[in-house]
Amino acid sequence: MGQLLQQLLNGLTIGSFYALIALGYTMVYGVLKLINFAHGDLFMLGAYLGLVTLMSLVVSMGLSANLLVFMLIFVIVMAVVGGVGIVLERIAYRPLYKAGRLPAIVSALGASIFLQNGVMLLYGARYRTFPEEFKTAVPEVMWTFAGARLTLMQVLMLIISFLLMAALYFFVNYTRVGTAMRAVALDHDTARLMGIDVNRIIALVFVIGPALGAAGGIMVGLFYGRIYFTLGWSYGLKAFTAAILGGIGNIPGAMVGGLLLGLIEALATGFVSDAWKNAIAFFILVIILILRPTGLLGERVAEKL
Amino acid sequence: MALLEIENLHAYYGHVHVLKGVSLRVEEGEIVSLIGANGAGKTTTLRSISGLLRPREGQIVFDGQVINDMPAHQIVYRGICQAPEGRKIFSTLTVQENLNMGAYSLGNDKAAIEANRRRVFELFPRLEERKNQIAGTLSGGEQQMLAIGRALMARPKLLMLDEPSLGLAPMLVQAIFQTIREINSQGVTILLVEQNARAALRLAHRAYVLETGRIVLSGPAQQLLGDEQVRKAYLGES
Repeated sequence: MGQLLQQLLNGLTIGSFYALIALGYTMVYGVLKLINFAHGDLFMLGAYLGLVTLMSLVVSMGLSANLLVFMLIFVIVMAVVGGVGIVLERIAYRPLYKAGRLPAIVSALGASIFLQNGVMLLYGARYRTFPEEFKTAVPEVMWTFAGARLTLMQVLMLIISFLLMAALYFFVNYTRVGTAMRAVALDHDTARLMGIDVNRIIALVFVIGPALGAAGGIMVGLFYGRIYFTLGWSYGLKAFTAAILGGIGNIPGAMVGGLLLGLIEALATGFVSDAWKNAIAFFILVIILILRPTGLLGERVAEKL
Repeated sequence: MALLEIENLHAYYGHVHVLKGVSLRVEEGEIVSLIGANGAGKTTTLRSISGLLRPREGQIVFDGQVINDMPAHQIVYRGICQAPEGRKIFSTLTVQENLNMGAYSLGNDKAAIEANRRRVFELFPRLEERKNQIAGTLSGGEQQMLAIGRALMARPKLLMLDEPSLGLAPMLVQAIFQTIREINSQGVTILLVEQNARAALRLAHRAYVLETGRIVLSGPAQQLLGDEQVRKAYLGES
């Protein structure tokens, strides 16, 4: 019982990271029908910038590592990575929209390699660990019930993830610009006939997606305590899988897919073995896609890559 | 000065020369109809006016302003709205959300949006009954009402309708054309593209006949209805 509860909690935490990253894949796919292969690397960039900002604010500038400083780190890193997202769209994707889908995907792969190698050059090819100091930021509180442990850090991360997702859900479904985003995802030309500046909506998607991914990056760094420059590849693949699982292009689908993938992995780790978690997770993915080719919440077939 | 004035318009799809020097004008308050066979360039003309397709040559002047080099979304702000061919409603959005998108160019002007919504609901009471329904689940006639209503939400000076009768039962076609007349009597200028030439000519003040990218005939709609050539080619009479 305790074991089960523990794995569910862990799965929920990791799953919320996957969900945050998956949103970026699914939103870009939604408006452009493009798989942004560089998205995982933007997430990785978020993890590195999280560490760098933490170091400079707490270690160099001597700010006490409290909750407020942590929030500040999130705001700064999300803003910077969101900015990188816009620049990426401008120089790597926008010039290619007229050339069809394939060139943009090749460009996305190129951007991915560029970002990975850029971070490797700047911060080195070795693991980077988060300093011990940051741990004092969040009091070492831990709850134990029914044999499962839950730390305050974990609770905070869950809260941040769910707040971000709730905010996105509200924005997309209940605001004018959010509705315009859904309209653009359905039909660019008709959206233009409504007076919607489609390029601006696309740019906005390239801010929101990477910013959410960056928040996931900071949290993955804090949660595991160490990061490396290929982080974007492994997590990106998982999050992309989560987006497909939920139905690519569908925002609630990415959230559900991410959480589900996290839970499956955690349960596989807890009850089978850590070595088998990927095999089991992807096995279940294949089964779900055989039964529901459009993903759990997907309506339209993701027919074109 | 006419509300819309098109001069020697040439447009291409890739290498295909679709419009070969189209000139036409629409005066304020008129219903002008553009008729012609499939592939004559009717939709292409509308797409050029609304900015979805950039003409290679020629000039489009609307309300005293050259608009043929403006991006599509800005042309909406000048006062041209279009109910595109095939309705193109946003199928997974609700009726209400579709209408809100029609009013996108009004920004956050809640009062104006509400006033326009009232007007649209008066024209199409059916839409009010179904305002919370997902648009894709509406019937064909209701979708056409939504497409027209959505275009009216920005209170355009010029409303362009592309094949509003397409795929509708004859009864519904009549009702839709009646509503178009009503919209026009409220002061909205209308440019109507139709394959249903008879209905379009009965409704319009003036009409142009488009044939493989060229205007071959134009004049008062009544006159065209009686024209020998038009009767043979477009009204199915011998």
